[in-house]
This record gives sequence, structure tokens and C-alpha cells, in this order.
Amino acid sequence: MVTLTIDGQKVTVPANSTVLEAAEAAGIHIPTLCYLKDVSQTGSCRVCVVEIGGRLQAACVFPVHEGMVVETTTPLVRESRRVTVELLLSNHPQDCLTCLRNQNCELQRLTHELNIRDVRFQGVRTHVPKDDSSASIVRDPDKCILCRRCINVCSDIQGVDVLAARERGFETVVSPAWQAKLAQTACTNCGQCVLVCPVGALVEKDDTAKVWDKLGDPDIHVVVQTAPAVRVSLGEEFGMEPGTVVTGKMITALRRLGFDAVFDTDFSADLTIVEEANELLERLDEGTLPMITSCSPGWIKFIEHQYPELLDHLTSCKSPQQMFGALAKTYYPEKVGLDPAKIATISIMPCTAKKYEADRPEMRSSGYKDVDVVLTVRELARMIKEAGIDFSNLPEGEYDNPMGISTGAGVIFGATGGVMEAALRTAYEVVTEEALEKLEFLEVRGLEGIKEAEVDLQGTKLKVVVANGLGNARKLLEMIKRGEAEYHFIEIMACPGGCIGGGGQPIPTNADILKARMASIYDVDEAMVLRKSHENPSIKVLYEEFLGKPLGEKSHKLLHTPYVARSRFGALAGTISEPESEKEKVAAAKE
Amino acid sequence: MEVVANKCQCEALRAKDPRYKKLADIIAKYAGREGALIPVLHEAQEVFGHLPPEIQMLVAEGLDVPLSEIDGVITFYSLFTAEPQGKYKIGVCLGTACYVKGAGDVLDELKERLQIDVNKTSADGLFTLEVTRCVGACGLAPVVSVGDDVYGRLTPDDIPAILEKYIESEKNSNA
Ligand code: SF4
Ligand code: SF4
Ligand code: SF4
Ligand code: FES
Ligand code: FES
Repeated sequence: MVTLTIDGQKVTVPANSTVLEAAEAAGIHIPTLCYLKDVSQTGSCRVCVVEIGGRLQAACVFPVHEGMVVETTTPLVRESRRVTVELLLSNHPQDCLTCLRNQNCELQRLTHELNIRDVRFQGVRTHVPKDDSSASIVRDPDKCILCRRCINVCSDIQGVDVLAARERGFETVVSPAWQAKLAQTACTNCGQCVLVCPVGALVEKDDTAKVWDKLGDPDIHVVVQTAPAVRVSLGEEFGMEPGTVVTGKMITALRRLGFDAVFDTDFSADLTIVEEANELLERLDEGTLPMITSCSPGWIKFIEHQYPELLDHLTSCKSPQQMFGALAKTYYPEKVGLDPAKIATISIMPCTAKKYEADRPEMRSSGYKDVDVVLTVRELARMIKEAGIDFSNLPEGEYDNPMGISTGAGVIFGATGGVMEAALRTAYEVVTEEALEKLEFLEVRGLEGIKEAEVDLQGTKLKVVVANGLGNARKLLEMIKRGEAEYHFIEIMACPGGCIGGGGQPIPTNADILKARMASIYDVDEAMVLRKSHENPSIKVLYEEFLGKPLGEKSHKLLHTPYVARSRFGALAGTISEPESEKEKVAAAKE
Repeated sequence: MEVVANKCQCEALRAKDPRYKKLADIIAKYAGREGALIPVLHEAQEVFGHLPPEIQMLVAEGLDVPLSEIDGVITFYSLFTAEPQGKYKIGVCLGTACYVKGAGDVLDELKERLQIDVNKTSADGLFTLEVTRCVGACGLAPVVSVGDDVYGRLTPDDIPAILEKYIESEKNSNA
């Protein structure tokens, strides 16, 4: 421990602390911009400067030492911070009124905090066109403040490495290689970069207008599904404590927005488990092992680009969102007597990658686009606000039948380890034909990156492992490649924490908030009467009335999917039409 | 499972060109070493003259370094270039003296005649157009260099004749 003085106040902190951490411990607020706990510590923006021995130092990276004296609000400090922010603003389109991050923007907040009312500098502005090529994410480099958080998340945490800084000085721009469009790269659409971007330079593609159109069309029956992790985070958009469970209010809000039927993705999560557990048992007999889950579309895009040779390991089960979509335009209209052509399926997802997933050409097994539009939690909140709904005071509503009935196993899909736990609950009972006494598989719970467990299915030892975050996924895949992975079943979710940390979740999303959302997910599970997917009565009826049996013919048509091998360079690989030597020959021939 | 493979003839074509063998050797020499990227790019550029997308991808695969990082390094250091370099480098001085004396118009004329932007190479591979800071010949402003030759007190009207000189000598040397 070392003791230092900050603004005349003594504080004792661990010796490896930064000045910023010491100030926090002393209850002194130092403004920051590029720094983001657990993600980014580049010391590049200089907003956090403090005076130490007459010199300005960046508090977020400067280490403490014994007897150090730090001043945080001297004239030198204040002027330096101002100049830094004013320079940023002089090259920033001040579009706050119409910006997606209005009122939740760190640059805006900082400008306000530093009481900047005038920008003294004016100069040439850089301009790089917006990139809206991706189904999930929009990049607006003009709003980028070059903090590099997105680069760090995409490389260090996700291991995808799509983004980097190119050029230098005034010309610097954070972008994919060659200024390519995001859709041309190996971007997984995970949206982790969107979660950490302090400004409106990386945002979700806003699809609210499409949904308003459907809702406004009296000929269309608009069906909505809500993903497990949405119910524990949506409240944050309305100022509630992280982790507040708002299932009932969310359902009421959706009805007031005009949705004709409000269903639950937890229902199709249960269905996924029944199909997937049966597939696993088949593969244990004969087939490629380990089998890996497929419910996270960011993960699917990752393996397609980075490890196409391992695609056989993926379960052929579609994700719950897409199973739901396929049934919403086949089983559901058949049951209630509607024309599937007049049904629109909307999903509310914690995820930006779900937008891409819904657009995949494989996802039309009903004969229509199975899921028409995907909204993130942030977009749904925007619609609720636009409609003037007083969310916090809404009465509790209930899901519709039949696709609104679900079990606790469905809801835990929202957190890392949940799909595994749900599958184990079902696999155990299917194999042993005995009731599972203790439903909780605590080894696979929690925020740790990689979690292993061994389960005894009465004689058959099942080795399982769970990874969250694509960087951790890569570690497991490398093990499989080297032949070192002695697992039977692997769960992978692209986002740290699983869907509770999805790229479509409220901003901010950080470790403390993840813990709160996760605790609530398991609370919801515990409060359910039914907690095993195969006990879901609606699923039983679905098989009796419509599907026949798990892995049956209809299941294969509607609930399973192939995958696509892609290049690690994405579509950029295809832009290299011929080797250099050929180009030169062609040029020579022309002369 | 459906596999959409990217069929291309590149491998066969590359096999015939000894420069790819050199590149493979360079990569093999540095692979696994700390800080391999910069020396590999440097030597690759010596072999190919520039670092086009195809070479960047081969280096990315060979060293297992992200393409975005390679592009970042190439665009950061002026020593590297992704563009092919022409036989003659044209340097238009945009230092204050030259600028005041109309270097901007001279540059525009060059762009127009060569049909290229700054830092690009003309279609015939002869000229690469660049702008420079003050080259210390302000008395001759505006100044343009072509290869090792320096031209001073230029107006846009002088440009066609200067370019023609190099194009002619190129024709003669080929004949
Ligand atoms: S990014 Fe922030 S500061 Fe910039 S326009 Fe949007 S809200 Fe305003
Ligand atoms: S969405 Fe994910 S993979 Fe794509 S650039 Fe952002 S962090 Fe990287
Ligand atoms: S896009 Fe956002 S996160 Fe990335 S460098 Fe720019 S401001 Fe930072
Ligand atoms: S917050 Fe410390 S340098 Fe940016
Ligand atoms: S400004 Fe052009 S030579 Fe000095």
C-alpha cells in the first residue's frame, strides 16, 4: 500500500494503482474519455490530466507512488482539459439533436461537465462517409474521437481484429482494413464495439421505422417474441436499477404499441433444447464430437470465417429466434387460422448479430422471411418512449398462448452457461429416464471466461465446457484443432457474459451491471414452476400436433440449418481477382 | 453442411512467379519472432516494389497477423506503400513559396494530364504523383521534380512538354 495526497486529502491505495483509481478511492472525480475499465487504457485522449510536481500527467495511466502530491483542478489542469475537448469538438459534427447517442453520450456529458460553452478553435474537418453496409451496425467515422476502445474490444476481448487505426495525425481514422465496409469484413456483428463506443460513431442499425410500418398496417398480424435476456435489462433504459425484472411491464408495453400477439423466445429456447439434447445423444452414439451450440449468431459468423474446417462440430439446430420465426409462419397460422403471408414476425433481442441472422438466406424455411425485423433492447426502449408510454407505471401483462409458455430452462439461455445447464437438465432425464434431483449446475454459472464440468449420466460421463466472449471461444477451438479437447458438448456465446452482455443491451453494460442482470436471470428461473424444457406443455403439444418427433422430418425442414464456410478476410478475399504477376502481364499485353 | 469454396487459380499462377517463393522465404525467416511484421513488410516491398492487397493478405496468413493491423502499419509509415510506384516520381512542392507562386495550378494540370490523384500512379506505370514540403529551392518557385530532374519557375503550360520528354525517351528505350 502507498499513501498519497490528492487535493489535500490523504488516501492509501494498493501500490499498483493508477492516480485515477486512487482518486476514485478518495471520492474525487476525474473526468475521462478514452479510458474504460477492463477494456481500454490507452492514455490517448489526455482528458484526465492532473498536476503532479508541476507537470500534467494522464491520471488513467500514471502509477501512484508513496508521498505523491496530486492536484486535480488547478488552472493548468482546467485549461488543458478544455483545450483538449475543444479541439475534439472543432472536428466533430455537433449533431446532438438528431444523434442516436443524444443524452447518453460521453463527449456530450464531458462538454457539459467541463462547462464548455464556446469552441475557440475552428479548422478543416475530416470527412469520411458513413458506412451502413452491415445489417447490424452503422459506423459514422466523423463522430469518432479516436479513443480506440472499439479496437481493443474487437481485438483483445473478441479476437476478431476487424478494426484498426489507419493513416496518422489529422488523417487518422479507425476503420476496417483498406477503409473497407464492415459488411465486407469478417465482422461478427457482435456489437461489443457499439457497447463501448463513447459517442455515436458506432451504433446499431435502427430498424424502428420498419416496425412502426408493420404496426400501422391493419392487414398485417404482427407477432413479437422477446428474448430471455431482455426482461432483466429493459428497465435500465427507463432509469430502473440494473437487473430489475420487467417481464410483465414489457408485455403490456408491447400490447400498447399495437402488437397482435406477444410471445416468448423462451418457448423456442425450450424447443431448441429438446432438439439439441436429442442431437447430442445421437452424436454420442455416432457423430462428430464435441458438439457445439449455435444460438449465438455472432459466434456462428466467427466460426464460419475463422474455423470453417470445424463447422461439422456445430449442432444443426437453429437458434431460438429462428426456430420461433419458422413456427410463427407455419404452425401458428395453421393453428389460429391466419394467412402466413399476412404475418410479420418481430424479435426483441439483446443482440445486434440477430439482425444479420434474420437476414441470412437460409432463414426462410417457412417460405417467407421467418423473422421480418429484429430490434435491440435500445430500439424497443426508443419506441416505447416515442409512444409516450409511462413504462415504470405499467401494469403487469402476460404472454399469449401457445408460444408464450416456457420454463426456467428457457430463461437461463440469457446468461453464459445457461444453454448448457438447460441441455443437461433435459439430457439427464432423457438418458436416465429418472427425475433429476438437483437442477442447478453451478459449475457452468458465472462470468468466468471458460467453465468446465463433468456430469454423470448414470455411467456415461459427459464432459462439457462453456465459453463466453469470442476470444475465449478461439482458445477452445485451438484446443479442438490440436486434438486436445476431450469434451462432448460445448456452449459458446459471442458476448462476454452471454446475451445479458449482448451488443444490443442498454449502454452502459459493464461487469457490475452484468452481475446484476445475471442474478435476476437465475431468480426468474427459480421462481418458475416448470424448469425443464421437455416438461413444457406447449412443446409437447407442438410435437403431437405438428412436428411429430424431435429430429423428425418437419424438424429438419424448419428447425435445422446448414452453415457457410467463409474466408478469414471476409468478402475482401474476393476482391483480389488475380495475383500481381498476372496483372502485370495483362498490362504488358495492352501496351 | 454446405461449403462455398472460393475457387481460384491464384496458387498455380503464383507458382510460376519466383517473387512469391521469395516472399514465402521472408515470411518463414521471421515467422514466430517478436516484431516480425515491419521487417517482413519491408523486405516484401523490396521484392514487389509495393504492398498491394494480395501481398498484405499473404503476409497476414503467413505471420497470423490481422489484416487490419497490417493496413494500419502500411498507412502509418510513409516508408510503405500499397500503390505501385511509377518509373518516375513527380514531386510537386507545396511549400509556402511555391504555393504562393501557383504550385496548386501546376498540380491540377498534372492531375488532369495524368488522370490520377496525388499518391497514385499513371495507367502506363510511368509516373507517380506526390506532393512535397519545401525542397529548399524557393528561388525557383514553383518547383517540380521528376525523377532526378528539377524544374523551376513553372506554369501549367510547361507541363505537357515536360511529360512528353519522359514518354518519348521511354518509347525510344523500348524500340
Ligand atoms: S456523438 Fe455525442 S456529441 Fe457527437 S453529435 Fe452525437 S450526441 Fe452529440
Ligand atoms: S461488431 Fe464485433 S466483430 Fe464487428 S467490429 Fe464490432 S467488435 Fe468487432
Ligand atoms: S468508433 Fe467509437 S470506440 Fe471506436 S475509436 Fe471511434 S469513438 Fe472510440
Ligand atoms: S482518459 Fe486518460 S488519457 Fe483518456
Ligand atoms: S517552397 Fe517550394 S522550394 Fe521552398
